[in-house]
Amino acid sequence: MRLITHNMLSCNIKGVTNGFPLRIEAGNVIEKEVDFNPDFIRHMFAKLEWKALVEGARSMGYAELPEDSPDAAVLESDESFLKKLHHALLELHLEEGALVCPETGRKFPVNKGIPNMLLHEDEV
Amino acid sequence: MANRPELLAPPEIFYDETEARKYTSSSRIVDIQAKLSERALELLALPEDGVPRFLLDIGCGSGLSGETISEYGHHWLGLDISASMLNVAVEREVEGDLLLGDMGQGLGLRPGVIDGAISISAVQWLCNADKTSHEPRLRLKAFFGSLYRCLSRGARAVFQVYPENIKQRELILRQALQAGFGGGLVVDYPHSTKKRKEFLVLTCGSVQTSIQTGKNECDEGCSEDDFSEDEESGMVSMSDRNRPRKRQKPNKKGKTREWILRKKEQSRRKGNDVPADSKYTGRKRKSCF
Repeated sequence: MRLITHNMLSCNIKGVTNGFPLRIEAGNVIEKEVDFNPDFIRHMFAKLEWKALVEGARSMGYAELPEDSPDAAVLESDESFLKKLHHALLELHLEEGALVCPETGRKFPVNKGIPNMLLHEDEV
Repeated sequence: MANRPELLAPPEIFYDETEARKYTSSSRIVDIQAKLSERALELLALPEDGVPRFLLDIGCGSGLSGETISEYGHHWLGLDISASMLNVAVEREVEGDLLLGDMGQGLGLRPGVIDGAISISAVQWLCNADKTSHEPRLRLKAFFGSLYRCLSRGARAVFQVYPENIKQRELILRQALQAGFGGGLVVDYPHSTKKRKEFLVLTCGSVQTSIQTGKNECDEGCSEDDFSEDEESGMVSMSDRNRPRKRQKPNKKGKTREWILRKKEQSRRKGNDVPADSKYTGRKRKSCF
């Protein structure tokens, strides 16, 4: 699972109002190279929750992202920033670990890179 | 279909390790899935500006449809309920992220993050109650509601479905419309039982473009037609009931020319190669034939 997905996932348990972002408990993180496409990164930037991304990246061992969400000018011109964002979003893979709901503490295990988001009968 | 998988077992049990492998190694299935995925991507009508998008593949299984998405240069997130199928996807090193989840429990994605969603041969599984606690209508509601929320404005969802019957198709459509979607059904090759494929094309937010008509016997496909559907009224065009009513049997004098011409036309509609009609068609031959 990569951070691009983590940034969109929220806990789906019935009654939970604050299920985003899921806390990452990183067991095993690997890096896989992906082609850099600045247009895609710019397109995705508008949809991201910046704080969640920075925290998530830190849990996976990557602390190069700035704390504050940069403004449009940086996005247009600063390619090194775009590359860092690309690396964080697409090249870090959580292979083993867990995602934890911030409200209930329920853990969603991650195996072989696949988070198990199946809810139990009483959680639907 | 003689034995619909949905009637045999719930998807996470039907698609166990053996079945998952069989499914993915069958070249026929791989080929069909690729074609369906391409058509679904076509119907998504993503802007052609060269910018990759972030798509959702619902019921991604072993990643066959996901690979087509990657080929077109987009990034994707796949959801499936069968761990065995997802394991095959991991083995095949698909480029998208995978989630083990049940679409009937809701997608759990933040609002407005997805640029488009496709689903190949998966949504009909929602119509079966696989557990006593399941109520298909609620599951469909949870699915379509969460899907509507997570799609960005103007995004589309295209589902290729194999509905068991008209009731099932209508149930799916009704739940989709109730969730706020507009759109309709696109049927390719409506007259051929073998080639016929149904695509449910759902739109959310304001729609600028029109929805393509289904393909017919010309393999180039009908060009983007200007029949713009009334998205607000949620009109649905069901174009699969055009079977010819009158049956012209060969009469006592033998097979008349009209009958032969009708049969040839039917065959053409199905997409077969038929010799052209000429003055020799149905002409009386010498008695030695």
